[in-house]
Amino acid sequence: MPAPKRPAASTRSIEQLLAAKEIVIHCGSGGVGKTTTAAAVAAMAAVHHGGKVLVLTVDPARRLANALGLEAFGNNETQVPPAAFTKAGVEARGELWVAMLDTKQSWDDLVTRHAPDPETREAILANPLYKNITGRFVQSHDYIAMERLYEIHASGTYDLIVVDTPPTRNAIDFLEAPDRMADFFSSRLLRWLTVPARSRVFSLASRPFYSVADRVLGSKFLEDIAEFFLLFQSMYDGFVERAKAVNHTLGDKRTTFVVVSTLEAAPVREAEFFIEALDQRGLHLGAVVLNKVLPSWFLEEGTTASAQAMVSRSESLAEALPASAGSPELVARVLREVGESFLNFQVVAKREADTRADLSSAPEVVATVPYFDRDITDLAGLLELGEQLWR
Amino acid sequence: MTVELLDRKLLFVTGKGGVGKTTIAASLAVLAAQQGRRTLVGEVDAKGNLADFFEIGPTGFKEREVSRNLWAMSMNTEDSLKEYLGLQLKIPLVARLGPLARTFDFVANAAPGVKEILTIGKFVWEVRERHYDLVVVDASATGHIVGQLAAPQSIQELVQVGLVRDQTDWMLDILGDPTKTGAVIVAAPEEMPVNETLELVTRLRASTVVDLAAVVANRVLPELFTRREEKIFDALPVATLTKAIGGPVQPLLDGAQLAVTLRRTRGVHLERLRQELPPEVPLLFVPYLFQRSHGARATRQVAEHLNEELT
Repeated sequence: MPAPKRPAASTRSIEQLLAAKEIVIHCGSGGVGKTTTAAAVAAMAAVHHGGKVLVLTVDPARRLANALGLEAFGNNETQVPPAAFTKAGVEARGELWVAMLDTKQSWDDLVTRHAPDPETREAILANPLYKNITGRFVQSHDYIAMERLYEIHASGTYDLIVVDTPPTRNAIDFLEAPDRMADFFSSRLLRWLTVPARSRVFSLASRPFYSVADRVLGSKFLEDIAEFFLLFQSMYDGFVERAKAVNHTLGDKRTTFVVVSTLEAAPVREAEFFIEALDQRGLHLGAVVLNKVLPSWFLEEGTTASAQAMVSRSESLAEALPASAGSPELVARVLREVGESFLNFQVVAKREADTRADLSSAPEVVATVPYFDRDITDLAGLLELGEQLWR
Repeated sequence: MTVELLDRKLLFVTGKGGVGKTTIAASLAVLAAQQGRRTLVGEVDAKGNLADFFEIGPTGFKEREVSRNLWAMSMNTEDSLKEYLGLQLKIPLVARLGPLARTFDFVANAAPGVKEILTIGKFVWEVRERHYDLVVVDASATGHIVGQLAAPQSIQELVQVGLVRDQTDWMLDILGDPTKTGAVIVAAPEEMPVNETLELVTRLRASTVVDLAAVVANRVLPELFTRREEKIFDALPVATLTKAIGGPVQPLLDGAQLAVTLRRTRGVHLERLRQELPPEVPLLFVPYLFQRSHGARATRQVAEHLNEELT
């Protein structure tokens, strides 16, 4: 592991980082292990730091539920049974809770909260555009994840919330979601869309846009959109205020971000992009977790020569071994396979080491999690992974 | 009725994040081009990864020639809209389209389906115009692909009249024709990618008209030992070997053990994929490449493996 860039820093491990934070947001490219590492650090925090720890995940996989000793979990927070910790052979000082983000349900809750009256609420919930936006299309995921996080944090029920972010096309989408939401509600476009259709035609400024939009989308669809936003506008103040508050929470001192990546080229590039985006926004990068990294002994000194010898001298080596080892012919083949396989993996390990050295903007804390050669199926496995990145 | 994979006109390559979608999309395109097909490969998430696999500079909306018969591009909905307005509506708006396109992008963001239509519409249009023999799309990950491929139906449900609506009919004709269009799901032999693959098979059928053309099991690790060899491996006398070689041996054995265990854990998921996949769907295997980089060389190697699997 490279030396920390700022040796005087007070935080040197994820353990220390989490001890002082209230919100930890795991982000990174798809498939790098965000959900698993988020659950692992949350479990570690529940065991070692105590208090009420919540892991809020967007991963609907039953596997995580099962690993945590639950049948399933949903939009509401569920406690991981203390017995699951006992079974894993540890005594947890605190409690571990889990919740999954149900986008549709969360949007409905939000509308219910902000709608000025029951009629508006029902009209929005029944609107076909609303159903489409919240149910089928994905941009709404980003905002609602941050909104839900804010809601839970503000409730003051948990000491620590670990969030696993939705798989976005662009990792920073969710960071910008609150701003975009606020912009949208205060935009001229929305005001324009929501003036009655007839007076729109007379507005010279919007005329070219309208004629194009009308031809492309059809005026009926435009009217549908307008009606929907007219309804939504009644919630304007609530939404904008809320989006600001969500943003504030992201930038709060008590919030930190953990960037998760493997040492493959594409995820690393995205991680670097993300680290930069956090920096530009003045958000706190707490740690980088490098996941699924090949063990360092692949690069141990002298191993290359040994592996090469095993391949080139396989026959004479096999002859030299006691007869109990097996028929020299088979032994020689085994030795060749071992040597070749090692050299193969070494190529990958070297590439990973280079990529790692290139990771220029590394923060104070870089945790490395080795490749797990089996699936994590229970809390014990999750904690074992947690141990790797904790200290 | 079976159609050879590369004889289709439009392939959407999808899969869980991190399984190697772009590798497979790029390699399929390389293979098709090598076989003499005029091929376009386009990435939907404009992250610039596709360019790495050909070791060319950044790709843009305008396609660029990579090698003989092969062109590459990156999707950008704003450019797609401009092209669409110009070609379909004959609106010569280029001069004042800047701010207009931004505003429009805004509506496209808010109005469900429009952005998705602009994304896949470009590729379907290239097929309709027969500009290429094959269009390979490095498409969105499993979470987004159904929304994109189902966009024409969503638009039809939501929009009663207008040009966007009119466009959906010919798009659906091409998308729903299994001799023309197919989805390729890439899976790594690990638990979650296999789960997501099997889920996507169901969702594709339920919500889209697109036929599942193939599933690719990517990064399949080699089998090191037979059962008999594994017994020998387990009993290798470390001390004697270390002495005979005159260098460290334990890490080598640990490395082989890791390879064996990984292969075994993953084998379970691979087997599950084989079992639960509908029998008519071809399952193609691509081995794990122990490579220094994922550049053009690796892309061509994967193309060779795919070629073996397809013939």
